Amino acid sequence: MLSFLLRRLAALLPVLLVVSLVVFLILRLAPGDPAAVIAGNSATNEEIDKIRNQLGLDRSIPVQYGIWVGRVLQGDLGYSFYLNKPVTALIAQRIEPTLALAMGTALLAVLIAVPLGTLAAWRMGGVLDKTLSAFSVAGFSVPVFVIGYVLIYLFAIRWEVLPVQGYKTLFGPSGAGLWDWMRQLILPWMTLGMIYIALIARVTRASVSEALTEDYIRTARAKGIAESAVLIRHALANAAVPIVTVIGIGVALLIGGVVVTETVYAIPGLGSLTVDAVLNRDFPVIQGLVLFFSLSYVLINLLVDLSYLFLDPRIRY
Amino acid sequence: MLKRRPLFAALTSLGLGLAMLTPLASQAQAPAPNKVFRFVPHANLAVLDPVWTTAYVTRNHAYMIYDTLFSEDAQGNIKPQMVDTYETSRDGKTWTFKLRAGLEFHDGKPVTSEDVVASIKRWASRDAMGGILNNFIDHMETPDANTFRLVLKEPCGIVLDALGKASSNVPFIMPARIAATPGTEQVKEHIGSGPFIFKADEFKPGSLAVYVRNPKYKSRTEAPSGVAGGRPVNFDRVEWVIIRDPQTQFNALKAGEVDMVEQPSFEQYETLKKTEGVKVEDFSPAGLQFIMRFNHLHAPFNNPKIRQAAMVAMGQQAYINTQVGVPELGRLCRSMYPCGTQYADENTGYFTGIANPAKAREMLKEAGYDGTPILLMRPTDLASIAKLPLVAKQQLEAAGFKVDFQQMDWASLLARRAKKDAPAQGGWHLFLTAWTAGDISNPLAMAMFNAKGQNGWFGWQDEPRIEDLKSKFARAGSAADKKKIASDIQAIAFETATHAPLGQYRSPTAIRNNVSGLLATPGIPVMWGLKKD
Repeated sequence: MLSFLLRRLAALLPVLLVVSLVVFLILRLAPGDPAAVIAGNSATNEEIDKIRNQLGLDRSIPVQYGIWVGRVLQGDLGYSFYLNKPVTALIAQRIEPTLALAMGTALLAVLIAVPLGTLAAWRMGGVLDKTLSAFSVAGFSVPVFVIGYVLIYLFAIRWEVLPVQGYKTLFGPSGAGLWDWMRQLILPWMTLGMIYIALIARVTRASVSEALTEDYIRTARAKGIAESAVLIRHALANAAVPIVTVIGIGVALLIGGVVVTETVYAIPGLGSLTVDAVLNRDFPVIQGLVLFFSLSYVLINLLVDLSYLFLDPRIRY
Repeated sequence: MLKRRPLFAALTSLGLGLAMLTPLASQAQAPAPNKVFRFVPHANLAVLDPVWTTAYVTRNHAYMIYDTLFSEDAQGNIKPQMVDTYETSRDGKTWTFKLRAGLEFHDGKPVTSEDVVASIKRWASRDAMGGILNNFIDHMETPDANTFRLVLKEPCGIVLDALGKASSNVPFIMPARIAATPGTEQVKEHIGSGPFIFKADEFKPGSLAVYVRNPKYKSRTEAPSGVAGGRPVNFDRVEWVIIRDPQTQFNALKAGEVDMVEQPSFEQYETLKKTEGVKVEDFSPAGLQFIMRFNHLHAPFNNPKIRQAAMVAMGQQAYINTQVGVPELGRLCRSMYPCGTQYADENTGYFTGIANPAKAREMLKEAGYDGTPILLMRPTDLASIAKLPLVAKQQLEAAGFKVDFQQMDWASLLARRAKKDAPAQGGWHLFLTAWTAGDISNPLAMAMFNAKGQNGWFGWQDEPRIEDLKSKFARAGSAADKKKIASDIQAIAFETATHAPLGQYRSPTAIRNNVSGLLATPGIPVMWGLKKD
């Protein structure tokens, strides 16, 4: 397993190198000039050229890339063109809300979807199964912002039990208490949770229903084992690999792709930082974020692969 | 029922436990609710240096923490702010200013004439009007800590206009050690002598900016007027909460989570007026103006007759209806200087602001338009102006122009409009934008009147007559002379079709009913004077 781990970690380097090169080239070759954005509405070409020179954007692309890679290798992702802060500091500042949103959503989705999917598979064609199918279709079809606005209207405007928006950090001197911190995240968790509950419940249902047709289930039942134990210890345990895979992919997507939810609830996470950076052509921030997202994806997939060892003893690396 | 009690008790205990985890210290120190003001600015506050950028949100932030030497009152007059008294020598070449006594920066250091001179130098290195003033300045002197002197090469009529300039870039006063930063680099410390202190430790770009009352602020004794006069502060803490989504802004205001939304979307205007607990007010009576800019370098718009034909094709009402959508917020105004400002002049000759496609067709024919497609750029992601090019396309086509409609994001448009290449090689013919009245109410500040050809503003008009008149305007001593010259410049601007004014509009703000004291300013939402019951 150690050699597998080392091989996978070593494979990270070419992945990150290729990703960084592709992103670097796309950014430089795409239309849009950060110097023009910085210079503002009343600037002249001369002023834009000055800023471009100051940012080092007048150098050749290979030279710019070489300088950037050199810095990255020293742990320096550069400085934001606009925010006057190191990219690492910006990512560090935004990671807490994003992780809180992603992990809370994933936890909520797993806690609801796995039991529901398992029960639906157990009573396939029953009321719960049909209800879950309908919910899944709705969860996949209704846009996230619509769910968000409906929940805000009900819980924040009509019943006034939860806040409309905002995020206060859990830590530090100005941090919110645990309850206040959770209150502000309940609606975003519910909003994002819909689609992930739908997704994980569908996969769980499919995997468990397939497992329930296996011989070992019939054997277990023949041995007189309680139905709950058959479901959990035999069917669900054997169906776990695809479920964990989907959960892993879901978490990876949540870390990089919750822009709409962040916007609807005014949560300052990595998603909104990415959008701002793209709209402003803040190259160092975009490059830093892409590296961070790539690293997250690879590491989460690695963790998922490692989890297979525990979930399915037949798997060996 | 009995079985549920332990669960109920457990949940209650959990709730209480969680509630108790709220930091007690922060509860004890929290200011009274009516002493905290939560404001949603129109854009994300990303850059904090008001000299480095012209972004309005940065300018508005700077008004919180910095003070100015002079300021503009509600009538557009320039009034002393940090300056106590000033005098001009008989030959008009030496201006001596005395600062008010006791002015202090947030770091506890006194404001000195050295700070003022360093700040003026930095500002003049970036601002167009500052640059013009700088050309007149021979040198600056600081005879004592409270006195500074501008010694000019020749008399100049814009000293007060420039030092009291209300919109970007504003000559804010910073400590000399900070103002020593080149204008092309952002300052790293944000220390002013204004009514609020910026809490750098609580600043989260994209989320929150916090200001606390400056207890040592020396407000003027006059009543507040525009951005001039006294700056009474009624809040201990002001929070700028960044909310991008207009619907969330509306919900947060309705729920009382924020007290003021600077620029609610026009689509919400009618709903806001009917929403309980919320009112709509206007702090910027002159508002903003839509404009269309021609690229003077390339055919067919290198021909003034064809530019004039395009101007005649333009109807302002359609722009207001399409982009603003609320008739009462729009205003037809033919003048290039916004109506309601001091140089506004609706004597605009052939340009009526009412679309006349038939006449435009005739003019096009006379000018020999050969059917070259007009490359019109549309920024799809900038909601405040994204609909304007749709109207322009329709009106130009109605007049007989062929239009090559190019859609892109704002950053791409900014990059493309800086290209002088022919439209087919990556350049352009037309773009549309909006300016706040304060930025175009004076011929020296108006970017479209930068007619220095290749060294001028995007569109690169080469019109020495405009530049000569601007130079005369800068030297003019009396208000009447300035008004006359401003009108003369506008006459040439229409004759040569520098750009087309496409209508004026107001963008009102939405505030909670318990907030009062909103000041009318040249487009700047100021937090002094406001009160919360």
